[in-house]
Amino acid sequence: MTSLVTVEDLRVSFTGSDVVRGVSLSVAPGECVAIVGESGSGKSVTARALLGLAGPGSAVRAAAFRVAGRDAFAFTPADWRRLRGGFAGLVLQDALVSLDPLRTVGAEIAEVLATHDVAPRGRRAERVLELLEAVGVPDPATRAGQRPHQLSGGLRQRALIASAIAADPPLIIADEPTTALDVTVQAQILRLLAGRRAAGTALLLISHDLAVVASIADRVLVMKDGRVVEEGPTRDVLAAPAHAYTRTLLAAVPSAASRSTRLTTGEPRGRPTPDRSAQVLAGTGLTRSYGPRRVVDDVSFTLHAGETLGVVGESGSGKTTLARLALGLLEPDAGQVTLHRRPWSHRRERERRPLRPRVQLVSQNPLDSFDPRHTVGRLIAEPLRVHRDARHERVLDLLARVGLPPETAARHPRELSGGQRQRVAIARALGPRPDVLVCDEPVSALDVSIQAQVLDLLADIQTEYGTAMVFISHDLGVVHHVADRVLVMKDGRVVEEGDVAEVFARPRHPYTRTLVDSVPRPVPSPHRLDAAGAA
Amino acid sequence: MIRRLGAGLAVLWAAATASYVALLLAPGDTVDILIGDGADTPEIRAGIIAEWGLDRPEIVQYLAYLWRLLHGDLGRSYQLQRGVGEVLAGQIGPTVQLTLAAAATGVALAAVIAIGTAGRGRWPRAAASAAELVSVSVPPFLIGIVLLSVFSFTLGWFPVSGAEGPAALVLPALALGLPIAGVLGQVLRGGLERALEQPFAVTARARGLTERALVARHALRHALLPAVTMAGWFTGALLGGAVITEVLFGRPGLGQVAMQAVTSQDMPVVMAVVLLSAVVYVTISTLLDLAYRVIDPRIRS
Repeated sequence: MTSLVTVEDLRVSFTGSDVVRGVSLSVAPGECVAIVGESGSGKSVTARALLGLAGPGSAVRAAAFRVAGRDAFAFTPADWRRLRGGFAGLVLQDALVSLDPLRTVGAEIAEVLATHDVAPRGRRAERVLELLEAVGVPDPATRAGQRPHQLSGGLRQRALIASAIAADPPLIIADEPTTALDVTVQAQILRLLAGRRAAGTALLLISHDLAVVASIADRVLVMKDGRVVEEGPTRDVLAAPAHAYTRTLLAAVPSAASRSTRLTTGEPRGRPTPDRSAQVLAGTGLTRSYGPRRVVDDVSFTLHAGETLGVVGESGSGKTTLARLALGLLEPDAGQVTLHRRPWSHRRERERRPLRPRVQLVSQNPLDSFDPRHTVGRLIAEPLRVHRDARHERVLDLLARVGLPPETAARHPRELSGGQRQRVAIARALGPRPDVLVCDEPVSALDVSIQAQVLDLLADIQTEYGTAMVFISHDLGVVHHVADRVLVMKDGRVVEEGDVAEVFARPRHPYTRTLVDSVPRPVPSPHRLDAAGAA
Repeated sequence: MIRRLGAGLAVLWAAATASYVALLLAPGDTVDILIGDGADTPEIRAGIIAEWGLDRPEIVQYLAYLWRLLHGDLGRSYQLQRGVGEVLAGQIGPTVQLTLAAAATGVALAAVIAIGTAGRGRWPRAAASAAELVSVSVPPFLIGIVLLSVFSFTLGWFPVSGAEGPAALVLPALALGLPIAGVLGQVLRGGLERALEQPFAVTARARGLTERALVARHALRHALLPAVTMAGWFTGALLGGAVITEVLFGRPGLGQVAMQAVTSQDMPVVMAVVLLSAVVYVTISTLLDLAYRVIDPRIRS
C-alpha cells in the first residue's frame, strides 16, 4: 500500500537556523504514528511542514516529499489548500484558542464543509450536527450555537476534532491534542482518536509525553534537537528503548514506581520522614462560596513537618480555592485554618503579615506572578528580610540552590524557558525559609523532561530543609510520585483521603477509581484502547 | 444596558450644567454675556432677563434652564435674532454630510491599507507605516491647504469652496478623513497581525482557507475590537476637525456657526454647540458599545 505522506531527510530552517535537521517519516493509510519530544525538538514544525504550514520565513528542503502520492514540491498554493482539511485535518492543543473564540463552533465546522464543498449549502447545518454527534458532543443542536468559551475543555476539544474530520480526510494530524486537559477528559479524547483510527483514518500524533501515545500509536519516533534519535514499533521502543534519551524520557514520567527514585537520573533518592507530632498547617471544616456556588465544601486537612500532602481533582473541583485558603489569601466562610496550631484564618492582616513568610506559593504559570520589568535578582530579593549587603549573596545562594547560574540574576523572566522560570519561582518562595510551600499545579505547563527536573528539585529541597508541602495537581502520576498522603477532591468536597499508595492502589470511591483508570501508562497495556470504548 | 443609558444621561446633564456654570462664572454681567456683540437695547435686556429668569434665585434659574432644554428649547441668539435651534437646524445638514463622508473615507482607507499590508513583506508595511505617520502628524488644515492648492488651484478638478454637489465634498472629506485613516490603519493592522499569529489562524489555514478568507472571516473581526475602542477619539477628531475644515473650505455648517459664535461671543449658540457635541458623543459611544457586544459575544457572559 502506498503511504499517505512520505518525507525523506526533511530539513526546515528559519532565517538560517535549522529547526528540523533530517527527519524521515511516512504514514501509511490507517496507521497511527507518534512523534515524541520536548518543546523545541522540532516535532510541531515537522508536522506542520507536512501541510505546507511550517510558518512565515521558513525554508523547507527534503530529499523526497510526497503527499497523497504526489510530489509536494510541485504543489501550487491551491493544491496545498485542497489537501489541508481535505486530505489531512489538523487538531491543535487547547480548543479555547485553536478555534476562533469569536465564532460559534458550528460556524467553524461549517467553514470546512463550505471550503471543501463536501456538503451542499442546504445540508451543512444538518451535517454539522451529525459531526458533533459523531465526536460525542451531547445535545449538538445547542452546542453548535455556542462559542468555545461556553464549552468545557473536553467538549471544545471534541468540537475541534469535529472540524478537523469534517471533510473526512484520510489523515488526522494531532499536535498535543490532550495537553492541558484533565486526565479523565484526556482518556476520552484519546479514545475518540483511537475510534477514528479504528474506522480507517490514519493518525499522526505529536506529544511531549510518551505515556500518552503509548496506548494508541503503532510506531513512535523520538525527536531531539531536530533529529529522530530513535524509532520503531511502540511496544519495542517502550519496552527496550535503545537510545539514552528515550530512556531519560521514559524515566521522567512520574508514577507510583518512581516514588523512591530521582526522575532525571533514575538513581534512588531518600524521602524525609514526616514528623507526625509537628503539625504545621491544618484546616477544619473549610467552606467557601462564590455567589451561590460552594467551591470548597467542608474540607479538612492536616500537614506535618516534612510531609507532602497531595491534592488531586479536575478543573473546577476547588483545588485552587483550597490553596488560597491555605495561603491565607482568602477567608473561609466557615471553618478555620491554623498555622503551628495558632489561628491563621480570621486574623487581622496586620497580625498575619509577620507570619506570611512561613507559607509560600509556587504557582502554575510563574510568568504571571513576576513583574516583567524586574530582573530575576530583584524578584528573588523582594521577599528577603536581610540587609542590603547580604542580599545579593543570598540571591546567588538561592539561584545556586535551584540549579541556575549566577548570571540569571541579571536577566528578565521573559528571556527564560518555562523550566527556568519555575526554578526562579521556587527560589523566590524559598527565600524567606518557609515552613510550608503551597505548590499549585507547579509542573502542569512543563514538558515531561522539564517536569522531572522541577520535581527532583522540589524533592531535594524537602529533604534538605524539611519543608512541608501542599502539592496540588490534576496529574495522578505526579501526585503519586511526590505525595505522602492525598486528598481527592470533586465538586468542592473531599471524596477520599489517606496514604497515597493506599488510595491509588485500592480506591474506595468510584470517582477515584475513574481517575486512576484514566491515567495513561507508558507501558502498553494488553487491552489497548479500541473503537468499542470511543464515546 | 440600562446602566449605559443612565451614564449617557448623566454625561448630558453634566455638559448642560458645566456650560451653565461657565455662563454664571464668566466675569461681568450675565445679560452682557448673553448679548455678546449683539444689539443692546433696554427691550432686549428685559427680554433676556425674562427668558433666563435672571430676576429669580439662581437655583430656580438653573432648574428652569434644564426644564427648557428638556423640552428641546435651546434659547435664542440675540446677535442673530433667531432661535438657536433654528440656527443649528439650518446648518446641520452639510456638517453631517461632511463628517459621514470623512468617517467613511477614513475607515475605508484604513481597511484597505491594513488588509493590504498586514502580514505582508517588509516594504509594503514600511511604506504604509510611513504614510500613516505623515497623515497623523500633519495637522488637517495643512492637508487641506495642500489638497486645495494641488487639486483645486492647479488641476482645477474640484471647486475651491462651497457645498454645491458631491464634487465639493471630496477634498474636505479627504482632509478630515486622512488623519483618521492613519491612526485607524495602524490599529487595524496591529490587530490583524496579532490575530493572524493566534492558534486559531493556524487551524483555519489547516482547513484550506485562503489568506483572504482567513482575514475576512476571522482576523478582521478580532482587529475590529481595538479599533472600536478608539471610537471616543474618533468622534472627537471628527467634531473638532469639522470646524477647521469647514472654515478652510468655505463650507456652510456647524463648524462655521461655532466659529462665528465663539469669535462674536454669542454665548447661547456656543452653549448649544457644546450640548450638541455631548449628545453626539453619548449616542455614538452607546452605539459602539452595542457594536462591541456584537463583535465579541464573550463580554456578554
